[in-house]
Amino acid sequence: MSGRRSSGVTLPPFQTLLDEHADTVLRYLRAAVGTNEAEDCFQETFLSALRAYPKLRDASNLRGWLLTIAHRKALDAHRARGRRPVPVEQVAEVAVTDDRRAEPALWRAVRRLPAKQRSAVFLRFAADLDYVQIGQAIGCSDAAARQNVRAGLAQIRKGWAR
Amino acid sequence: MTDRIATLIARAEQEGLLDVAYATVDSPVGMLTLAATPKGLVRVSYSDTDRVLEELAGEISPRVLAAPARLDGVRRELDEYFSGRRRDFDVAIDWSLVHTPFRRAVLERTARIPYGQTATYRDMAEAAGNRAAVRAAGTALGANPIPVVVPCHRVLRSGGDMGQYAGGVERKRYLLELEQARPWTRVSDTRVHPPLRG
Repeated sequence: MSGRRSSGVTLPPFQTLLDEHADTVLRYLRAAVGTNEAEDCFQETFLSALRAYPKLRDASNLRGWLLTIAHRKALDAHRARGRRPVPVEQVAEVAVTDDRRAEPALWRAVRRLPAKQRSAVFLRFAADLDYVQIGQAIGCSDAAARQNVRAGLAQIRKGWAR
Repeated sequence: MTDRIATLIARAEQEGLLDVAYATVDSPVGMLTLAATPKGLVRVSYSDTDRVLEELAGEISPRVLAAPARLDGVRRELDEYFSGRRRDFDVAIDWSLVHTPFRRAVLERTARIPYGQTATYRDMAEAAGNRAAVRAAGTALGANPIPVVVPCHRVLRSGGDMGQYAGGVERKRYLLELEQARPWTRVSDTRVHPPLRG
């Protein structure tokens, strides 16, 4: 007996997704929203994934699927932060925790990029997705995804050289 | 388990997203994989855990997570059973993996064979309403998704021969010896079975 379902898609036990991809999702989220907010986003990502999982039609790229969900949760977190009267970035700089300080300054620079570039750079370098998968995640072609990564990197280099 | 994962499991349970919780447990008959739905214990298996989880994902729901807390009760009872301190299991059963009424009837009857006693495949066929279906009763018992707790090891061939066991005859013998099993004699049944033979 294998995990065959009436839809014809074989879905592995969800535990497999946790075992194999939790670290990747967490790494991506820490880069994308910072160490503190990553925890909430992690919970939201996997709960959303659990909710949707039984109806998933294509199990060929579960890692990409999870990272796409994580990406949406990261966007929500960015939007929520934008609505807050006091920018979290500045507060965090004051109330520094050790792990926050240890986080690469580079990721903080990436978080200041425009939304699409920021998402594309994180999905490429923190989550290691290819351009086709990045395109699927942020809703553009793979060529546009590549362009967003390139533009984002150029922007960061400019800031870094300053 | 990290706090992060523990939190996730707790929230999944709260939100009704934990369709199948599983845990593994060491026992004198080897490692057992246990699984429970919100309705009750659905699987006890001697097989390789990964295979069991795939089967559960396909047959019940792919929302299968390592969540030992749901299995705490049955783990404790199994512990007590294997150390000779428990004769009956008091856990809710989910029969979802039993697919026909006949099989269900055979297994429900099997669940009522008292500790330390044995019955025959024919007894079980008869109890399920079809005296002639001895072979089918054997198949139902062989496919018992909840061995040990539903004590199919207490069912022997007429004549006292051990018969088959999904976990292997050695395990069947171990469980019967643990219970110091003797043939089951019902008040209305004076048949006497010969002593156990391998």
